[in-house]
Amino acid sequence: MSAASISLQQEPFDAAAEVAALTRSRTDIGAVVTFTGICRGEENGAPITALTLEHYPAMAEAEIARQVEAAQSRWSLLCVRVIHRFGRIAPGEDIVLVVTASSHRHDAFAAAEFLMDYLKTRAPFWKQVEQAGASSWVAAKETDEAAAARWTKPRAAAE
Amino acid sequence: MRVKLLYFAWLRERIGKNAEEIEPPPGIATVGDLVAWLAKQGDEYAHAFANPGVVRAAIDRAHVKADAPIAGAREIAFFPPMTGG
Repeated sequence: MSAASISLQQEPFDAAAEVAALTRSRTDIGAVVTFTGICRGEENGAPITALTLEHYPAMAEAEIARQVEAAQSRWSLLCVRVIHRFGRIAPGEDIVLVVTASSHRHDAFAAAEFLMDYLKTRAPFWKQVEQAGASSWVAAKETDEAAAARWTKPRAAAE
Repeated sequence: MRVKLLYFAWLRERIGKNAEEIEPPPGIATVGDLVAWLAKQGDEYAHAFANPGVVRAAIDRAHVKADAPIAGAREIAFFPPMTGG
């Protein structure tokens, strides 16, 4: 199984430094795909002050590890790095990082998209937005469920 | 057999606790049975579990469906659909 590193943390991360650390001194990696999820400044058409992410720590680690393992068995990956923040996050700040590395680009692209679709629907985090002095829970999107579901269709259709 | 229950997000807010230990009475075999029983334990529980279709569960840190048996579970978590990523 290729190397995988998963971190759950409150602190911001440096996406460029993470990618540099993965690829340093390696000549087998031909493709690196980096996805960063960022806190937007608005939700449902109104500006937000902040986002707060609640999480279930032990399950988040276990579940993300399962998703990464699933990606590693399905695609040829040389390494995977996932960072997911929790706690209070301001607009413009990064929330999540997924980096996948492979010899050729198809596997890195597909695995990164798969991991994001699964993180959105199965990783135990819940977002609360602060808007105009009040907090409310963000509702899960059906489009996210649909995106995750397409990975279980017969291979020819999904890929 | 005592089991630890965990609550997250608005379920936690409605119930007013993030965790508790309970001993489910005999006859509670599945997650669905447990939700139905919990809903009767007080107004706050009824409010939290008012729409069981929207409540998700995990047993020992893995997602399960409503028909999953709870026998042997050490930790059962209840939460709304996830919004991470």
